[in-house]
Amino acid sequence: MALDIKNLKYEPVIGLEAHVELCTRTKMFCGCRLSFGEDKNIYTCPVCLGHPGSLPVINRKAVQYAIKIALALNCKIQDYTIFHRKNYFYPDMPKNYQISQYDLPLGVKGHLDVDMGDYTRRVGITRVHMEEDTGKLLHTGTTGRISESEASIVDFNRAGTPLIEVVTEPDIRSPEEAREYMIALRNLILFLDVSNCSMEEGSLRCDANVSVRKKGKEKIGTKTEIKNLNSFKFLQKGLEYEVERQIKLLESGSKVIQQTRHYDSKTAITKVLRSKEEAHDYRYFPEPDLVPIYMESKMVEDIKKTIPELPATKAKRFEKQYGLSIYDSNFLSNDRDLADYFEKCCSCYGNAKNIANWMMGDFSALLNKEKITIKESRVTPENLCRMLEIIDGGKINSKMAKSVFEEMFAAGKDPGKIIEERGLEQIADKSMLEAVIEEVLRDNPGPVEQFRQGKEKALSFLIGKVMAKTKGKANPRMVNEIITKKLS
Amino acid sequence: MEIHYLTAHELKDRLKKRELSCAEIAGSIYSRIDEVENKLNSYIRLDKEHALSGAGEIDKLISSNAIEISDFTGIPVAIKDNMCTKNITTTCASRILENYVPIYNATVIDRLESRNYILAGKANMDEFAMGSSNENSYFGPTKNPWNTGRVPGGSSGGPAASVASGEAICSLGSDTGGSIRQPASLCGIVGFKPTYGRVSRYGLVAFASSLDQIGPLTRDVDDCAAMLNVICGCDGNDSTSIDTAVPDFKSFLAEDMKGMKIGIVKELMAEGIDREVREAVQMTIKMAEEAGGKVEEVSIPSLEYALDVYYIIAPSEASSNLSRFDGVRYGHRNMQARTLREMYQRTRAEGFGEEVKRRIMIGTYCLSAGYYDAYYEKAQRVRTLIINDFKKAFGKFDVLISPTSPTTAFKIGEKIEDPLTMYMSDICTIPVNLAGLPAISIPAGLSADKLPIGLQIIGDILREDNVLKAASSLEKAIGFKDKPGI
Repeated sequence: MALDIKNLKYEPVIGLEAHVELCTRTKMFCGCRLSFGEDKNIYTCPVCLGHPGSLPVINRKAVQYAIKIALALNCKIQDYTIFHRKNYFYPDMPKNYQISQYDLPLGVKGHLDVDMGDYTRRVGITRVHMEEDTGKLLHTGTTGRISESEASIVDFNRAGTPLIEVVTEPDIRSPEEAREYMIALRNLILFLDVSNCSMEEGSLRCDANVSVRKKGKEKIGTKTEIKNLNSFKFLQKGLEYEVERQIKLLESGSKVIQQTRHYDSKTAITKVLRSKEEAHDYRYFPEPDLVPIYMESKMVEDIKKTIPELPATKAKRFEKQYGLSIYDSNFLSNDRDLADYFEKCCSCYGNAKNIANWMMGDFSALLNKEKITIKESRVTPENLCRMLEIIDGGKINSKMAKSVFEEMFAAGKDPGKIIEERGLEQIADKSMLEAVIEEVLRDNPGPVEQFRQGKEKALSFLIGKVMAKTKGKANPRMVNEIITKKLS
Repeated sequence: MEIHYLTAHELKDRLKKRELSCAEIAGSIYSRIDEVENKLNSYIRLDKEHALSGAGEIDKLISSNAIEISDFTGIPVAIKDNMCTKNITTTCASRILENYVPIYNATVIDRLESRNYILAGKANMDEFAMGSSNENSYFGPTKNPWNTGRVPGGSSGGPAASVASGEAICSLGSDTGGSIRQPASLCGIVGFKPTYGRVSRYGLVAFASSLDQIGPLTRDVDDCAAMLNVICGCDGNDSTSIDTAVPDFKSFLAEDMKGMKIGIVKELMAEGIDREVREAVQMTIKMAEEAGGKVEEVSIPSLEYALDVYYIIAPSEASSNLSRFDGVRYGHRNMQARTLREMYQRTRAEGFGEEVKRRIMIGTYCLSAGYYDAYYEKAQRVRTLIINDFKKAFGKFDVLISPTSPTTAFKIGEKIEDPLTMYMSDICTIPVNLAGLPAISIPAGLSADKLPIGLQIIGDILREDNVLKAASSLEKAIGFKDKPGI
């Protein structure tokens, strides 16, 4: 049961920290390839294994990708940026420090507008910074928990994968907004072609800082940090649980304790991971093995040029150029592939509204059902347009079109061919229809008489008979016209 | 003179004339090692078979004209045991890396291998290069060849003692606060710390990343320049290596110092420097003037803070650099521990020695929340003052001169219980690292009790030319030819 935030005395104050794995060819600080679930520890070298004497070297491409993300989030790119070491011990960290950024991150002071249907939430972006990913721990035994394992092994394939951290201001006011923000962030980054942004695969991850305060109050309450919110659904569910937990605490006269909590998706609750006192002192200091990056304005400008039209701008253009509603424009422009598909269709077929209706209706329904993306579907824009033209030409009716489209979707066939193979073409030949109608009128004198006496229902019966005789292929509008004319 | 006491360039000439073979050189070095190593403990790892067979291979390549004899071809070089040698243990003189076998070569090793050098052995050192006496080695202290009751200096004590005693022709050390120059001084040889960024640090096990630099320890300035030619140059694997053309360092060797402006650093000739050491330096000043140099005193007031700044910055960086030694992936691991935390604690408690632990504690403290600004941050700002003061001095002078070490070699055990006194041993060398400058130590004579005294010559950033010019002409003027009695 979703929390009815609107009716509560309290309002949540939420800030998110998203981690985005970049899809560069090599790792952040060495030449090892990025891996995709292959054998363990095969993409490793002295640098990403943290061997003595090894040194990091910055991946230029990763910096460019990071700048691209920061620019797309309306951030100011700092004139120069440096890396820091974040020190803490954990076996998945080869050096027991993570090379990250601290007080001089790459990008600052941006924002992302999140469309909430009836309003827009502008979420401030505090910072966009670069860092390296850790390895992965695998605990043997049935539970997979470290405390119950016989042994733990570390896979360093992921260690050193370039990560971007996007930190928001505490501008988010509901778990639903948090979810929509993350979806908007994912969509935006997908447009930039710099990450797969998949929460399922872990290339997009998110932690949340949550507090609640009485509505109308300025002061932000004590916050907790929630970890393991690893799907859009869990993000919302976890936050809903946590907001409710905090409100209950305050209502009962208790206090919220500053701590880090872990969301357990099985039980849908958050549990304490560590208290403020147990929090790490990361002992940040400038990474002496790397030199500062000075941002040349020309480089930033060149990267700016590679940013494609982003969802917000695209939606506005769709509205204006194709006369779509705000809702339709937003729907079609949030997903890069959907938007591209739509525009391809628009280039070969004139009625944009028709295209939008099909894409958002039957097409989307089938995509959702099959759990595939529009890119993976077998319906080409050309074939969708061809089908719309056939409908417009009156060759098939919309009911027939539905089944034709299903076959197009399943087999990737040309709609004309499907209609031909199945003999679906409507009978729109007047003389042919007239012959059938003559026959029906002759065989059903009763209903004919009833119609003449003004019973409208009899007309439907007669049309039904004609449709049955033509096996549904008759154009119902024409049948209606001819019968009415003949009997009047 | 015995083969093992010749310089690399003398040996190269003999190799070229076919008067000697590489196998003979290696053989001579190893018989010297057999003779004195049990008294000196210069090495952590020796592989006679490998060295001799390697030398034989090179002889074959030379006689079949497959390779040309260049500088260091067939020359046995000792390598400080904090430089990674592929498939050969690299311990940093620490229990925690006792059996650590690197999977790659340090860049300097690759460069030496391209010259077909011979690895004489992995040389002893203070654990993780932390120390000034070589007493902080898990594998026992190295002794000074001039007097085995004395320390050879540190942390490159092994590289210095081996070259001074004929256990190697030359060696590579690393210098974070004087770790090449001070032992060179105490052992009566030449030691050079290049400009920070001249030599790739890739494969040098880090102590303090912003201060560490690899450099040569040799018998004369010629060999030193030749070794710089081999090891200097930008390396794509080290982001802090300077992308600038590498000159032919041998071309800077000069007969005189005509037109050179030389500054005597006032603060480094004051009390706290042994009288004998000061006198020896004053002698060389006279020689510099005779060789055509213009000598003047210069004050660098911020040097007063150098030691304090160093003992914040170096341990801070070290505390982070050494955190990778955790028993997880390589090196020593305590096998009795039952939890992760216990494994870390016991592994590191057993693996690191006293001095290393002390510095990890100091560094961890300096970087902690609430102390960072007062210590690390402030130290960095004072470091900038020191850099600026040097910059000012080099506006007036080509090189600066000082003693390398305030004392000659001290007795083993004399300072080990008193870290602060020990830290004073590097008072003259530390400022140079803080400012990233190139500096050399050359022998300036012997004390009354027959212990070497070293002279430090400091140059401006990337001005190794001036340092080598001054060093080579003073080397001639001083004419130090003594060898240790061992």
